[in-house]
Amino acid sequence: MVRPFMGLEGPLLPMLHAIQEVWGHVPQAAVPVLADLLNLGRAEVHGVISFYHDFRDHPAGKRVLKICRAEACQAVGGTGVAQAVLDRLGVDWHGTTPDGAVTVEPVYCLGLCACGPAAMLDGRVIGRIDADRIAAELGVSA
Amino acid sequence: MKIWVPMDSAAKALGADDVARAIAREAAVRGLDVQIIRNGTRGMIWLEPLVEVDAGEGRIGYGAVTPADVPALLDGRLNSLGPVDMLDWMRRQTRLTFARCGVIDPLDLDDYQAHGGLAGLRRAIAMSQAEIVKEVFDSGLRGRGGAGFPTGIKWRTVSDAVADQKYIVCNADEGDSGTFADRMIMEGDPFTLIEGMAIAGLGVGATRGYVYLRSEYPDAIRVMEAAVVIARQRGMLGPDVLGSGRAFDMQIRTGAGAYVCGEETSLLNSLEGKRGTVRAKPPLPALEGFMGKPTVVNNVISLATVPVIFEKGAQHYADFGLGRSRGTVTLQIAGNVRHGGLFETAFGMTLGEVVNDIGGGTLSGHPVKAVQVGGPLGAYMPVSKFDTPMGYEEFDQKGGLIGHAGLVVFDDTADMLQMARFAMEFCAVESCGKCTPCRIGAVRGVETIDRIANGDPGAAALLTDLCETMKDGSLCALGGFTPYPVMSALTQFPDDFATHKEAAE
Repeated sequence: MVRPFMGLEGPLLPMLHAIQEVWGHVPQAAVPVLADLLNLGRAEVHGVISFYHDFRDHPAGKRVLKICRAEACQAVGGTGVAQAVLDRLGVDWHGTTPDGAVTVEPVYCLGLCACGPAAMLDGRVIGRIDADRIAAELGVSA
Repeated sequence: MKIWVPMDSAAKALGADDVARAIAREAAVRGLDVQIIRNGTRGMIWLEPLVEVDAGEGRIGYGAVTPADVPALLDGRLNSLGPVDMLDWMRRQTRLTFARCGVIDPLDLDDYQAHGGLAGLRRAIAMSQAEIVKEVFDSGLRGRGGAGFPTGIKWRTVSDAVADQKYIVCNADEGDSGTFADRMIMEGDPFTLIEGMAIAGLGVGATRGYVYLRSEYPDAIRVMEAAVVIARQRGMLGPDVLGSGRAFDMQIRTGAGAYVCGEETSLLNSLEGKRGTVRAKPPLPALEGFMGKPTVVNNVISLATVPVIFEKGAQHYADFGLGRSRGTVTLQIAGNVRHGGLFETAFGMTLGEVVNDIGGGTLSGHPVKAVQVGGPLGAYMPVSKFDTPMGYEEFDQKGGLIGHAGLVVFDDTADMLQMARFAMEFCAVESCGKCTPCRIGAVRGVETIDRIANGDPGAAALLTDLCETMKDGSLCALGGFTPYPVMSALTQFPDDFATHKEAAE
């Protein structure tokens, strides 16, 4: 899976993205393989994976909801909206609902600062959100 | 009939895809000959989805359009905004960098050339390396990512360096809240960034380029990747750029959610596949950058402005502006504001004009309390500083910074103690961990602000002292500039800090 990236300058991040794309996370078993391929220590590879917010060490829920916590969204009530969504789903930041349906993550800016509060559901952007809109998108009852 | 429906993320976030589908469906039902073009945004985000229709009399705007409006739109019964180019918001701007954004089909290279694209690159091809660098220097262009360092000096340093390989790295890790100019240009006019990078490559003798693009922008990644493929197919990139006999090619690389990678040395480490920790300077990236080779690291807007400088000449660009801030500033007006969006104008307009006149005041209708300029590391400017002109030095004199020119407007419900606390919390979450003032200082900062909130009388002095340490002792702007929002909140809005104290007492 990662061999096509071997010719790149600085191939590790593209490799990790490719692994996560397929597996939904970066499994522990990938670490020694990458270390061998790139002639790095396992600790170095682990250090890179753990540095970045994007890479997970376990699978997320079926859907991933990212809600912006940054200033521009706060200025239009983002903090309250985010809390209402978390309360309704019964999870905290980074949490996954018990049925494994949704993982909620904070994100610091989606570049939708003139139409906040903003969120991203499975890579699709949504502006001017409120808790009802998110519930409707997720198909959960209010 | 031609109909434009933006594919910019902000437009999509407000339903543009649904509107485009509804238009296609309705046109098919009626048997109408309609060409739907997915353009970038004009920057009037409060009007998105802004649909433009040209039935032979120029581009007439409609906004914000919903799918339910589509039958009326095609009947010609929907109230229009009039010709888009004649709208006040458009007429008051000086669009140089964003001249084509929202106008053209972002992935149509012929449309791009019909609107002045590639003229700059063709002119640069006929120039020597030294002449290219001088042109950028003479334009007065300064780094639009926030630092404001003269782009020409950076290019000259790389150009003068001797190495077997040099690189152009575009910093598209636009993580600052309130900023979206990079995203807008990459989604709306990607070839201008590619052209700017190619000119940079010719100017400094670099044959390879990278765009380090944040993973939070999947739409921009898709557009840029598609644009690079087209540019390569059409000979704009590759071993023989536009028949010049000189090579330049580039790749798009995706970040992984670390804010600090917007700092140039962290970015370079990340691009190399390492942890995105900050490097000490010197050595400068211009001499030892990506893979230890001389590297130009420029922000998206800096590079995307290069083509128009070469198309119209350095002097044309330098004729706009104020003091040492030459050319145009791409203001991003955001947060609690009635008319949010992108507004490109010569440096020099005052902060108050931008917020009240252009932005139309707050969305909530409440009075403005503060405007954070320059992202999470920028100062909160109170209304009493609204006479500050938009300029690097002018903002510096007022204890602020322009940064990437994002403005986040807050109304009177904002609690500035909470905003200061958030700035410290954000710094703690995003610190790369390399230097102590940032890594530990940010955590202690949150605790100290909580002590102020709980009425501890000595905590404010302690916070001030901590901010001094972070400012002086941090390796990069994350730890070094977090004191800007914190201290500006504390000194400009003392009531928000005192109220908590009195309430506790």
